[in-house]
Amino acid sequence: MTRLRWERRAAPPAWLTPALPVLAVAATFALTAVFVVLSGAGPLAAFNELFVQPLTTRFTVLEILVSATPLLLTGTAVAVAFRTGYWNIGAEGQLLAGAIAAAGTGTLVGGLPRPVALLAMGAAGAAAGLGWALLPALLRVRFDIDEVVTTLLLNPVALLLVTGLLNGPWRDPATGFPESERIAASAELPPLLARSRLHLGFVVAVALVAVAWFVTTRTPAGVRLRAVGLSPHAARFAGIDVRRHLLGAALVSGAIAGLAGVSEVAGIQYRLTEGVSPGYGYTGIVVATLGALSLPGVAFGALLLGLVNVGAGTAGRRLGVPSQLGQVVQATLLLVVVALLVLRRYRIVRAGRGARP
Amino acid sequence: MTFLIDLVAATLRNATPLVYGTVGETYAERAGVLNLGIEGTMYAGAFFGFAAAHASGSLTVGLLTAVAVGLAAGALMAFLSVTVGTNQHVAGIGITLLLVGVSEFSNRLVFGGAGTLPKIESYALLSPFGLRALSQYALTYVAFLAVAPLGWWVLARTSLGLNIRAVGENPEAADAAGIDVARTRYLALMIGGALMAIGGAFFTLAALGSFTLGIIAGRGWVCIALVIFGRWRIGRGVLGALLFAAVYALQLRLRILPGWDAVPFELLLALPYLVVIAALALSGRNVDYPGAYLKPYRRA
Repeated sequence: MTRLRWERRAAPPAWLTPALPVLAVAATFALTAVFVVLSGAGPLAAFNELFVQPLTTRFTVLEILVSATPLLLTGTAVAVAFRTGYWNIGAEGQLLAGAIAAAGTGTLVGGLPRPVALLAMGAAGAAAGLGWALLPALLRVRFDIDEVVTTLLLNPVALLLVTGLLNGPWRDPATGFPESERIAASAELPPLLARSRLHLGFVVAVALVAVAWFVTTRTPAGVRLRAVGLSPHAARFAGIDVRRHLLGAALVSGAIAGLAGVSEVAGIQYRLTEGVSPGYGYTGIVVATLGALSLPGVAFGALLLGLVNVGAGTAGRRLGVPSQLGQVVQATLLLVVVALLVLRRYRIVRAGRGARP
Repeated sequence: MTFLIDLVAATLRNATPLVYGTVGETYAERAGVLNLGIEGTMYAGAFFGFAAAHASGSLTVGLLTAVAVGLAAGALMAFLSVTVGTNQHVAGIGITLLLVGVSEFSNRLVFGGAGTLPKIESYALLSPFGLRALSQYALTYVAFLAVAPLGWWVLARTSLGLNIRAVGENPEAADAAGIDVARTRYLALMIGGALMAIGGAFFTLAALGSFTLGIIAGRGWVCIALVIFGRWRIGRGVLGALLFAAVYALQLRLRILPGWDAVPFELLLALPYLVVIAALALSGRNVDYPGAYLKPYRRA
């Protein structure tokens, strides 16, 4: 058997960058076709429903944008942190903290004009997300404690806080359901178009992606953040305060994730529910990774996953393929992409005779 | 008295999946790989163990299927983190998303997602000496009398265990000493994956006899916390599992008593996570992480 080994590349070859997405889609297609066939549908028909059909009607196109809204925000949150070398796995908890704050504030701002009410909710949600991100961030910059585990472990804590509130003080007194009181009408993010769930949160999310793109690529602060992410040692040598930048990226990341919670509460649910986030924080990691941690990439990734979410729903109804195919496709795509991205830095070569593999 | 005996019995029962998961995760992390695929691996063990037992009518087939799924999940994590050398946390989260997705997809396909879930005749309780506290499933006995002590013994006293610790602590030195780093990490992750999946299958094959969505409910993350709480030592990790299980069993019993229904027990359930974070904060830089934690290894 020929032995293969990895060899470090100086730079990725020119053909690789355009080839990677094609390879990724082809591999994901091949791997997930098994599941489609098992459910008795044709792979081509299923992938047509998943990736093409949702783009053909007004309703489904708008639903893609609805589905992409929280992912744009969590994807941006994750990308900003990861690029700086801060591995924030806690976007889910930060989103939930933002959702709690939004649901709480939303019931208190009844008498206020809509812009004021919305700003108050946004500020509360961002502050809550930032607050939820604060402890792991401080532990990292003060005591050098790895943030992967601390940010991750605060996710179940946030979920327990949500269920604790909904089973306790916030339980709907009228129905007894674990749902909080409906937020004031003036606190609702208004719909953008008739006959659609698309709401103002989408515009805010797109604007935030644009701002994040501008800041990270066009300002000195953004260059410093990337320098810290690429090599903390080199950044320190260049006189950059690494700890301050790590802290800043971590907190901004938390605040943006908190806004995702605000968007879902104020734009879709109008109250806090246990199902306010079906894992949007974790999906944010998928989005950011698919987008190679760049902001245009995040926008692309969020729209792609939104497309798959909507497509999985229609594929389920029309072809009888379980709609959970959507999550399978997303996760497979993530794993395929992280595996393929390594090809940018390494190539596989045949171990030559004599040389030890 | 009955209350106490019930509490002890429930503690041992609730701790069982955590023991499997914690020992499994300890193997992965001592080899230098943080396996965040644990939540999904437990989930897939629970579902596929159940589905195989349901289809074959044999609990043994179910358990073996769970083991196979766990081995495969461990091998996939090893492929991504060892062979390819990706970010371990991204690969782990991806595996959890994948396995939860595949399990729920298959659940829908096989059982149609109907309101009434099929039930299987699950493992019977063993009651040696007629003691109620010891009335437990065989998988609980295996966890405490075999997996925990054997898991410790292999890691601490055998050459395999030494190799695992060596590749997790200093892969360069291990490589120079002739240890196959990649092979050892694959082995540790696959052993760990099998144990995690058995921990998941405990719910469907023993405790509940059925599968429900969200059945693992974050217990994989609890195990991640317990491994750190135990500072990567199996004995202390098992102790942590017992503590968590005792708190869990206690709140379930207190919750139904009159006058206790307003107590926010969720805060109690959040304690293990907060304790671990506090422990990390207090020990600061002195936390004895495995030396090569989160680092892929490639020969220069």
